[in-house]
Amino acid sequence: MDFELSEEQKILKKTARDFLKKECPKELVRGLEETETGHSPELWRKMAELGWMGLIVPEEYGGSGFSFMDLVILLEEMGCNICPGPFFSTVILGALPLMTAGSPDQQAAYLPGIAGGEAIWTLALTEPAGRYDASGIRLRAVQEGDEYLLSGTKLFVPDAHLAQYIICAARTTDSPEPEEGLTLFIVDAQAPGLSLTPLKTLARDRQFDVLFNRVRVPKASVLGKVDKGWPVLKDILDKAAVAKCAEMLGGSQAVLDLAVQYSKERTQFERPIGSFQAVQHHLANMWMDIFAVGHLTYKAAWMIDQGRPAGQEAAMAKAKAGEAYRRITILGHQIFGGIGFTMEHDMHLYHRRSAAEDLAFGPSGFQLEQTAQGLGL
Amino acid sequence: MNFDFTDEEKKFREEVEEFVKSQVPPDWDDKVVYWPGGYGTNPEMEIEYQDFCKDFLKKLGQKGWMSLGWPEKYGGRNSWMKQAIVNDVLSYYRMPAGGIAASISGPSIVVVGSEEMKQEWLPKIAGGEAGFWLAYSEPNAGSDLGSIKTTAVEDGDEFVVNGQKIWSSGAHVTRYAWMLAKTDPKARKHQSASLIIVDCESPGVTVRPIINIAGKHSFNEVYFDDVRVPKKNLVGELHKGFYNVMLALQFERLAVGSGLFRRVLEELVDYAKTTVNNGKPLAKDPEVRRKLASIAIEVEVFLGFYWRSVWMLDRGQVPELEASGLKLCFTELGRNMAGLAMDILGLYGQLDQGSKWAPFNGRVCLGYLDSISGPIGAGTSEVQRNIIATRGLGLPRG
Repeated sequence: MDFELSEEQKILKKTARDFLKKECPKELVRGLEETETGHSPELWRKMAELGWMGLIVPEEYGGSGFSFMDLVILLEEMGCNICPGPFFSTVILGALPLMTAGSPDQQAAYLPGIAGGEAIWTLALTEPAGRYDASGIRLRAVQEGDEYLLSGTKLFVPDAHLAQYIICAARTTDSPEPEEGLTLFIVDAQAPGLSLTPLKTLARDRQFDVLFNRVRVPKASVLGKVDKGWPVLKDILDKAAVAKCAEMLGGSQAVLDLAVQYSKERTQFERPIGSFQAVQHHLANMWMDIFAVGHLTYKAAWMIDQGRPAGQEAAMAKAKAGEAYRRITILGHQIFGGIGFTMEHDMHLYHRRSAAEDLAFGPSGFQLEQTAQGLGL
Repeated sequence: MNFDFTDEEKKFREEVEEFVKSQVPPDWDDKVVYWPGGYGTNPEMEIEYQDFCKDFLKKLGQKGWMSLGWPEKYGGRNSWMKQAIVNDVLSYYRMPAGGIAASISGPSIVVVGSEEMKQEWLPKIAGGEAGFWLAYSEPNAGSDLGSIKTTAVEDGDEFVVNGQKIWSSGAHVTRYAWMLAKTDPKARKHQSASLIIVDCESPGVTVRPIINIAGKHSFNEVYFDDVRVPKKNLVGELHKGFYNVMLALQFERLAVGSGLFRRVLEELVDYAKTTVNNGKPLAKDPEVRRKLASIAIEVEVFLGFYWRSVWMLDRGQVPELEASGLKLCFTELGRNMAGLAMDILGLYGQLDQGSKWAPFNGRVCLGYLDSISGPIGAGTSEVQRNIIATRGLGLPRG
C-alpha cells in the first residue's frame, strides 16, 4: 500500500494550485457568473498551454498520456479554487468517451483538437426524465440511408453553447431491457435542427435544454457500436462521478480551510470562536468527512487506473462526497454566521456548487441505490 | 498511490487465513458474541473457553504472529502491515487476539523499555504467555487522565502503589496491570506520572466486578493497598508516563478488529437477502437497501483510516490525527451498525443469547448494548474531536 502522491503528482498539484490562484481569482469566478458565456477564452488558452486538456489524452494524439489519478488531482485543485468553464465537459465528457469508444479515425480526428485546447465538447445524456440510468434515454435516432435522424429533447446539458461537438446518447432500437438499443453519436453542434435554450441554475453554471429536431448525423459519426452504447455510457458515468468527487473534495477542503482561518480570527465573548468546542466539533466533523471523501475518491481513481471494475467504488465515493460536501458547506455557513450569508462572501460560491455537484451524475440517494446493488442486494 | 497489498503480503494473508480457519472450533460462531467496536463482551467468553484461548494464543506466538511489527532483533519482522493483516483475519473469524499485551505493552517496551525489561518481557508477550489489562482510568479521571490519584511511591528498590482503578477490562482474568500512576504528585500534571507493570497476584490487590450494560462481567474496579512493585517494572523514564501513554496510543489502534466490521456487514447483507418479511425479501425494502449501503461506505472509510495508519507506522510516522479519526470512526460505526442491525431484524433484534428464535444467537441484542461503550472508552468521541480540532487544525484550546 502507498497513500502518498508521487513526486510528479505533487508538482502537478502545486502548479495547478499556484496557477489557479493567480489566473483564476474569485473576482474572475464572480465576473464570469454574470457574463453571457460564463467562459474565459484567455484562461482557457493558458490552461491549454499548461497541457491540462490533453493531460489524459494519449501522446500520439497530442496529449501527455497521464493517469486518471493525475486528472483527479488536477480536478481537486479546480474544485478547491473554483475554475469556471468547459474543462469538465470537454475532457471528462468528451475526451474520455472518445478514448474508450472512438475508432482510430475518430480519435485521430478529434483528440488532438481537445488536447490543444481548440475544441470544446460536451455530452448530451439526461432528458426531461432527469435520470442517469438507461431508461431515462428516449431521444430517438432513426436510420435513413447513410444517416441517422435524431429527434428529442436533452436536458441539463452542460456547456452546450460553447461546444463544437456534442456526444448524444440516443435510442436506436426498442428493447424490453433499457440498457439495450442505445447508441452514441458525435453531433456537430452547428447541425441544422439543433437548438439551445439556456437554463438558469443554482450554481450559475451553464446548462441547456437542447432540442434535436430531425438532426442529421452521418453513420460515420456513430461512437462505438450501434445499439451497444450503454456500457460506454456507464463507464463514462462512473468516471465522471469520480471526477466530480475530486472537485467536491477540493471544494470541501477549501471551505474547511476558510472556516478554520475565520474561527481563529473572529472574536466573540472576548475569545476566538474557534476555542468553543461547539465550533471545534463542527470543524472536526468536516475534517472527518474530507478524509472519507479523499479515501473513497482516490481508491476509485486507483481502481480505474488498474483497469478493474470500479462501479461500486465510484458509487460509494459519489454517495459520500455529495452528502459530505453539502454538510460541509452548511457547517461552514454556521461558522461564518451572517457574513457568510452575503453575496460579497465566498461561501455561497461553494455552497451553491455543493448542491449542484451532488446532483451531477446522480445524487447521494441514487448512488446509495447503486451501492446496494453492488452489495448484491 | 496503491490500495493493494504487495504480492508477499497477499501470500502471507492467505497463509494466515488458512491457519486461522483451521483453528476455529466447529460451534464457535454460535458462541462468540463479539460486536465490532465494543469493549464489553469478550472476557466472559475467555473464561468459558480459557484453555482454548490460551492454547490458541500460544500457537500464534509460536508462529511469531503477535510481534510482527517489532524489529527483527526482538523476534519481529519489522512489518506493522503484516501484524495488521493477522489482526484483521483474527477479528474476521472472531478469534482471540493478543490484546493489550501485543497491541500496547509489547510495542511500547520495544520503543522505551530498558534492555533488561525487553529481555524479561518481550519473549513472554510475543509468546502469548503474559496478559495485560489497562490501568489508566480512575473514578475521577476518565477523559481527563491528568487527574489520576493512584500513587507509586519510591521505597528502596520498589514502588509502593496505593489507589483505585476502574473500567479495568479483563482485570479478573489477566495477570499484569499496565499502569499509569503518580510518581511525583507535586509536579505539573503531565510530568507527574510514570508507567509501571504491576503483577496483580501481589498482596494488596483486590478486584471487584462491574457488570456492564449487556449483563456481562467485563469491567472491574481494582484496589491497590500498599502493593509493592519492583523498580525494574518501570516502563521508560520516570515521570514520563503521560508521554509513554500517548506513544502507546498509536499502536493500540491497530487492534481495533477491522475484520469483524467486514464480517458483520456481510452477515447483515446476507440476512437481508435471505429473510422474507411480509412476503418479500428484506433486501427489496428501499430503506434497508439505503441503510446497508451507507454502512458499507462507512466500513470502507474506516478501513481507509485503518490501513493508512498501519502504512504510516511502517514509514516511521506517527499517525496521531489519523489515530483519533480512526477511533472516532470505528466506535461510532460499531454503534451505528448495531442500530442498523436492530432495524433490520425488527422484533427479533431484541432476543438475547439462548433463544432458538434469536438471529445470530443474540449477537445483535448484545451488540446493541455493548457498542455503547465504544465511543466512550479510550477517549470519548468528543475528546477525539477536540484532538482533531486543536492538534490537527490548530484551533485554540477552549
